[in-house]
Amino acid sequence: MSAQATDHLIEEPLITSNATFKGISDQVSGVVEAKATKPYLAALAVASSGLLLFLIAVTYLLMEGTGIWGITNPIGWGLAIVNFVFWVGIGHAGTLISAVLFLFRQKWRTSINRFAEAMTIFAVICALLFPGIHVGRMWVTYWFAPVPNQMDLWPNFRSPLLWDFFAVGTYFTVSLLFWYVGLIPDLATLRDRATSKIRRTVFGVLSLGWRGGNRQWRHYELAYLILAGISTPLVLSVHSIVSTDFATSIVPGWHTTIFPPYFVAGAIFSGFAMVMTLAIVSRKVFKLENIITLYHLENMNKIMLVTGMMVGYAYSCEFFIAWYSGNLYERFAFINRAFGPYWWAYFSMIFCNVVVPQMFWSKKLRRNIAVMFAASILINIGMWFERFVIIVTLSRDYLPSSWDYYSPTRWDWFAFIGSFGLFFTLFLLFLKYVPMIAMSEVKGTFPEANPHHKGHH
Amino acid sequence: MSEKIKKDDTMTVVLGEFSSASDLYHAAEKMRDAGYKGFDCHSPFPIHGMDQAMGLGRSLLAKVCFVIAISATLGMIGFVYWLSNDYKLVISGKPFFSYIAYVPPIWAVGILTCALTAVFGMFAFNKLPQPYHPVFNSDNFSRATQDAFFVSVESGDPQFELEKVKSFLSSIGGKNIEVVQG
Repeated sequence: MSAQATDHLIEEPLITSNATFKGISDQVSGVVEAKATKPYLAALAVASSGLLLFLIAVTYLLMEGTGIWGITNPIGWGLAIVNFVFWVGIGHAGTLISAVLFLFRQKWRTSINRFAEAMTIFAVICALLFPGIHVGRMWVTYWFAPVPNQMDLWPNFRSPLLWDFFAVGTYFTVSLLFWYVGLIPDLATLRDRATSKIRRTVFGVLSLGWRGGNRQWRHYELAYLILAGISTPLVLSVHSIVSTDFATSIVPGWHTTIFPPYFVAGAIFSGFAMVMTLAIVSRKVFKLENIITLYHLENMNKIMLVTGMMVGYAYSCEFFIAWYSGNLYERFAFINRAFGPYWWAYFSMIFCNVVVPQMFWSKKLRRNIAVMFAASILINIGMWFERFVIIVTLSRDYLPSSWDYYSPTRWDWFAFIGSFGLFFTLFLLFLKYVPMIAMSEVKGTFPEANPHHKGHH
Repeated sequence: MSEKIKKDDTMTVVLGEFSSASDLYHAAEKMRDAGYKGFDCHSPFPIHGMDQAMGLGRSLLAKVCFVIAISATLGMIGFVYWLSNDYKLVISGKPFFSYIAYVPPIWAVGILTCALTAVFGMFAFNKLPQPYHPVFNSDNFSRATQDAFFVSVESGDPQFELEKVKSFLSSIGGKNIEVVQG
């Protein structure tokens, strides 16, 4: 059996201490069962203040219209689409960890998959809000949906904006299902540990009466495998379809076939950076260093190094093609991108996304918490700038008479900062009320979980 | 014990605890070989190879998903074909059913249907949600989702005889033999 054949190849234990079935149950459930601590409540207060800012920004937008934003005629999309692409991208690491690494039988994923999946769902919620508020006329947002409107007009099925509705809507639904299916056995654990009636009832309803019998596990495992199998092509297709928002337009700097793979690599890159930021803080605050170990963090850094190089390759390839195409507009778009009025955004992006991850070649830096925390923040900033750089390409299009310099207003920034408030509020609630580590999956990676374990001794 | 059986229509379940995943696995093989049908093996995580040990085949879920997802995909192709001719949009003079441009929505519908079928099909096969089951009356069984391993035998099994089942479970290494009803 391959599981036994590869056991000796794992150099480090996945769980460094407390590695018993009971130990994992107690430790992970303990976070949910304990009373909320003061630092947690303080963090929740900060996050929900951010959420309040978001609500204020959206309310004012509803009252006044998109004129309060800095969007102008050459740049009609502005920060709303930057934030949309940024948040959808963040989500991709969660699906990659839960689906792609599952198919590759990467056992280390079990310590981080639960909260990476939660991050996916909350990031996609943030993402979906931006096109929703950007339409300006909130009462007709249902025009996104593939239904005829009151004048019997159908939306255009050949438009990337409709594709987005299908791709991101499907992505959200499938991620939510995947997350919930993974949660069922752990919710049953919480139900069985519950000491109060209300707790037992709530978790009893949520866990659907799960009994952990193999007659249930066998369907469950197959459902999980099917979800992983279809999520893998889905995660690759979602950001590809998002990239067609740009790539199908006839705009220099956007109309390129490299966009789909380049967007997918960037999405995974930024998503892992966000998982890293969240993991470093959560493992410290909730004392889970024995479950999310340096080994897990190092593996994530390796993935960031690889995807960072892919992104760097895409940046240079774009420049090469701009020159090689012989198209004057294309060449201008790229020279303008690096040396035009937005040079500062371009070089921030290059520094954060291409230069910073290079330090992960060193094993010492790869295993240094402070270094990887700083790197994860810088990469997130860099990936936000990547989308910003793409958007402001529009500021200098074909006609010099229509050129303009786009600067976001405070209401643009309030909506963006506020979306972090929404994200962190949801994430903090998740950390406290749902097991943040997939207990049943972590237990399944133990040597004692193998039915032939005793035969080796 | 037998005086505790009140009515014939209540389900009786015999529980036996085993100390490890491998003990549970071997107990399942012995239950299977003894011809039991209405038994289940409870563990906090799925145990590799348990389906064969219990004499169960492969779940039908994959076939169900395949059929439903393919049907939905074909249905969506039919729908966009109908739509492209029913509601004609002239876009750069392209053919009305320029099928490549319809691939993303078709693809998304196929994936979405497959995911929904996988999850709700799993619920249906597992008879979930099922908030009540007699095994929940056992305090000891609450450890089945944490760190303990149990074999349960339900009175629906054709060769169910309370005393026989109890002695068989302890003969194959079961501890804390318990009878629950509900």
